[in-house]
Amino acid sequence: MDGKVDPPALDQVEPETQKTLVVRLQEFGRRHPTVVASTAVLLFLIILTVAAPYLSSDPLELSPRNRLKAPSTEHWFGTDNMGRDVYSRTLHGGRISLTVGLGVAIIATFIGLVVGLVSGYSRPVDAVMMRFMDGLMAIPEILLAITFVAVTSASIQNVILAIAIPEIPRVARLVRSIVLMIREQPYVEAAVSIGTRLPKMLLRHVLPNTVAPLLVQGTYVFASAVITEALLGFIGAGTPPEIPSWGNIMADGRIYFQMAPWIIFIPGTFLTFAVLSVNVLGDGLRDMLDPRLARQM
Amino acid sequence: MWGYIVRRLLATIPVMGVVAVFVFLLLHLAPGDPAAVVAGSYAMPKDVERIREKLGLNEPIHIQFGKWISNVVQGDLGDSIFSEVPVTRLIAQRIEPTLSLATASILIAIVLAVPLGIVAAWKAGTWIDHGVMVFAVLGFSIPVFVIGYVLMYGFSIKAQIFPVQGFVSIRQGLIPFVRTITLPSIALGVIYAALIARITRASLLEVLGEDYIRTAHAKGLQPRAVLLRHALKNASVPIVTIIGVGIAMLIGGVVVTESVFNIPGLGRLVVDSVLARDYPAIQGLTLMFSAVYLLINLMVDISYTFLDPRIHY
Repeated sequence: MDGKVDPPALDQVEPETQKTLVVRLQEFGRRHPTVVASTAVLLFLIILTVAAPYLSSDPLELSPRNRLKAPSTEHWFGTDNMGRDVYSRTLHGGRISLTVGLGVAIIATFIGLVVGLVSGYSRPVDAVMMRFMDGLMAIPEILLAITFVAVTSASIQNVILAIAIPEIPRVARLVRSIVLMIREQPYVEAAVSIGTRLPKMLLRHVLPNTVAPLLVQGTYVFASAVITEALLGFIGAGTPPEIPSWGNIMADGRIYFQMAPWIIFIPGTFLTFAVLSVNVLGDGLRDMLDPRLARQM
Repeated sequence: MWGYIVRRLLATIPVMGVVAVFVFLLLHLAPGDPAAVVAGSYAMPKDVERIREKLGLNEPIHIQFGKWISNVVQGDLGDSIFSEVPVTRLIAQRIEPTLSLATASILIAIVLAVPLGIVAAWKAGTWIDHGVMVFAVLGFSIPVFVIGYVLMYGFSIKAQIFPVQGFVSIRQGLIPFVRTITLPSIALGVIYAALIARITRASLLEVLGEDYIRTAHAKGLQPRAVLLRHALKNASVPIVTIIGVGIAMLIGGVVVTESVFNIPGLGRLVVDSVLARDYPAIQGLTLMFSAVYLLINLMVDISYTFLDPRIHY
């Protein structure tokens, strides 16, 4: 669980101190090409969206004379039905998608961790909590999210909450199963017998064991949140129209699809690459952190 | 066996209860006055009052919940605010396209994915295996609506093999039905197929490493018999499990697919109800979808006893 892979053959072992950072990165890249490639794609997307104001024009600027123009040197990705530049809308839209993805991953992982730790350690809490989580899990994620956004308002914070809530049970169940497994381990028994108190026990023995699986689960939550956010925007229940997101750009393009497919395909391509790179990163991390599991999947 | 089924059915009741509380509270914890939200921003005070009366919002919240839940138990999900038709009747009117779409997607996914997973596990490490894994990762990452639009662009707008949008009931002829349902069910089925292919491969690979598989080979059985009779049977529990779990994804996908292909089913009803803030309809639909999900997973649990005689209850 500590991220080490099988030790290299004896004749290849050299003192760690002699390796430069570059050499180590190269070795890492050779061992985990998918992690490196997906991280690179993700970083590229993050840089594009963070630097959107410097790389593109105003995403809200209307230009009635340039409606539904196909991609050209002037408008790389064409224009939409109000003459807005799809390139700059897509770059700005990525900020919403990635912010929501990150926000959901952090919130769902944190709350799920707390719920899972408590459930794993307290039987009475566990019984109530898990029924509660079962109920939450039975409601389809997208229904819960769109209902939540519909009854509150579609601000970014509410969209993040709406998507994070249905993700909590999945994280909580994972953490709970790890806790149940760890508490049976001999070293935990030993710690209990020498009088380690519960908070210290959770912090020193249980928490470190959840880090690797949570990191992997977090990437899957991130990917799923990015898709759900786009779905919300696409059906008209996401962030308001003045805040472009990949989903609501595509929603704008729906009725013009036959004339101007780029309004849907451009943000759709970005969306796919974002989700794909995060999913591949998750798979890579899982293989890297838990070689035992890697052989099965 | 029957005792187990009854016990499991009874065990879903508290879970459904939790779902009902969630669904009820979600709409009542909303900031502001639900009646005002429903009435819209141009409503007169007396309209708001009328809606409040109709939704029973003047009563204490536990009384409201009690009345609502006792109606739900009797099969009355209330009336839609906008069409003023019972929600149950709305659901009945819209269920056929959704059932057709879901059934076709599940069939396409299983027929495609299980053999793909088997071949990938059988030829593990070869280019076939890598190809299947690439499909599994890609299929899992491309959002349903992107696949939908790509298919529509290629097969309806460019090649003009299938109609762009809409739905024709099977009662109006098999061929028009197949023509309208093919693209949506492929779009919806891809993510499901990706998931099933991946799990089939993984669980089959695990079984193929077992001692009794080596024994079966050693005693000279046909490789095909070893793969299908000895290995697949023992690998089937996780496959069936993922087919059940995947239903949740399918329900989410239905909402989007029906919007992309303009299919007048339950998914569109969800979107329309949400955009119109038709609270009784949203509550009824969410409850129904959750019940379907729980029932399917109950059926999956029960099927374990048939798939694996070691499991009995």
